[in-house]
Amino acid sequence: MLCSPKFLLPVMILAVPVAALAQSRAYPNVGTPLSQAEIQSFDRMIGPEGKELPPGRGTAKEGAAIFAKRCEICHGKGKNEDNGLLRSLVIGSPGKPYRGAFYGEERNGPSYYPYATVAWDYINRAMPVTDPGSLTPNEVYALVAFLYYRNGIIQENDVMDEKTLPKVEMPNRNGFVPAVPVYPPQKKPSWY
Amino acid sequence: MDSNRSSRRRFLKQTAALAGVATGAGLAVRGQSAQAQHVHGEPPRRGARYSIDHMTHYTPLQDYAGIITPPPLHFMQQHSSEFPEIDVQQHRFTIHGLVDRPLSFTVEELKRLPSVSRIHFLECHGNSSPASHGAGNPTNVGLPVQFIHGMTSCSEWSGVPLSVLLNEAGLQKEASWLVSEGADAGKFSHTLPLAKAMEDVIVAYGQNGEPLRVEQGYPIRLVVPGWEAPFSVKYLRHIKVVDQPYVAWNESMNHSVTRPDLRDKARWYHFQFGPKSVVTRPSAGLEMLGRGYVQITGLAWSGAGVVSKVEVSTDGGRSWKEAKRHAPVLPRAHTRFTFDWAWDGEEAVIQSRCTDEAGEVQPSLAELTKNWGMHLEDWKKTPRPRAIHFNAIQPWKIARDGSISDAMFA
Repeated sequence: MLCSPKFLLPVMILAVPVAALAQSRAYPNVGTPLSQAEIQSFDRMIGPEGKELPPGRGTAKEGAAIFAKRCEICHGKGKNEDNGLLRSLVIGSPGKPYRGAFYGEERNGPSYYPYATVAWDYINRAMPVTDPGSLTPNEVYALVAFLYYRNGIIQENDVMDEKTLPKVEMPNRNGFVPAVPVYPPQKKPSWY
Repeated sequence: MDSNRSSRRRFLKQTAALAGVATGAGLAVRGQSAQAQHVHGEPPRRGARYSIDHMTHYTPLQDYAGIITPPPLHFMQQHSSEFPEIDVQQHRFTIHGLVDRPLSFTVEELKRLPSVSRIHFLECHGNSSPASHGAGNPTNVGLPVQFIHGMTSCSEWSGVPLSVLLNEAGLQKEASWLVSEGADAGKFSHTLPLAKAMEDVIVAYGQNGEPLRVEQGYPIRLVVPGWEAPFSVKYLRHIKVVDQPYVAWNESMNHSVTRPDLRDKARWYHFQFGPKSVVTRPSAGLEMLGRGYVQITGLAWSGAGVVSKVEVSTDGGRSWKEAKRHAPVLPRAHTRFTFDWAWDGEEAVIQSRCTDEAGEVQPSLAELTKNWGMHLEDWKKTPRPRAIHFNAIQPWKIARDGSISDAMFA
């Protein structure tokens, strides 16, 4: 089924035009070119490999203090998993990370994330909700260390920085099909 | 004009803020959106749900005709507790990453470029979820078709093809995916394969002839036809062209679900929707007005393209007859169907089945259950298994007294 010509055809058709697109502008009077400095001022999106991570460092202990100051008001107290929204941040117990289930919790916690960079990217861009983007890189590294420590993914004294974070082995890394997202999907029908 | 607009916005904000406070205290609040009240005149406390980090509006599928959802009634899943207030003059849309010419556009500039207007449905990947059927659904207060299947809507979207903008920026040869980011507080972000971006994706500024509503992403949003709606990022601000799927936070969280047939692993993305349909009248929560002629009507759609056939059964699925599809029948759009029927006053189960241009047929619950490596008894577990992209045939059961109930899991 996977190798039938019916499904290989779209792959071949799509591969050609995408590669042949580097042409000149059709509407050169519309839009403004962006300089590298301008792009750096707004581009915060971090990929799975962490190539865009800024320098910085933090530990779980530092993260616990920042969590109490900046996050606890919405996410609940860090000491009790059943208290408030911390339930969705710490699912499972340290050493036994929860990896999501069909018959299970409504939400998946950080131990479900495929890549260690996911939490860093989201906290950095979107948290805290009252003042998103206001955390420093050190604070974000510390909060991620705190979250991953509480989910049993790293040790309490592990230092998270731009080198160590992308190397953290996520417990659910192999919990997805296929191993890396592909398009068009190889399984048919695509919605199953 | 200006004061009207700001008072509407203030009202929306207050509604959201009040609802957020109430749910923060552990109460489920069913609010009424100011927008829905404006056109539709629904009774209060219907059609919306608010929580501390989430706002949902459901489309009242049982109440409108044709295929176009009035903008105030379009479904909404807002992954934050308020709508962003964006100054359209200041808003900039940028394309950067693996492109030859990183570019920034104002909304007025986007309107200078060649435009398209196309009718497409949007649907939440969680629409029709097994958990939303019956007593398990806290919002299920008498109009289940709205609260079970109402996270799909259909509009005429106007804007610039994304391919035009990507061509302006000049794609580099390593480019294979892109990741888009919204300007809302949650910075809603989503990955999109470049091939789809070049095919039919729209950077939309108009919906059914008017500017996008605030809750629909004003001033601009992506519309990714036929695909699960989280791809259609609202309040669109940045597109970064990259060489691999970036898998942003929300995609890592609830947009994938483990499945028994995948040995409890999860699909990354489901991309397009399969063939789907639902009878909107008569449907659970409504009542039969008497024996004799009844027009059965509903909506059918598919992410694969055009709906090529809709069939209706009035005997619990034993026999099927073709329903009338009403023009326009468009690719990746809702299609209105009707079926002439005479109710004899006896118990009956009515349902519809969609076939799309790819020849795929909407599955029964039994077929879908088998496809997913499950058993029918599995649906009786509490809570019901989580499932997204749920497109099983929806049976409605009509009792002799004319009452109608949801027979999906009954």
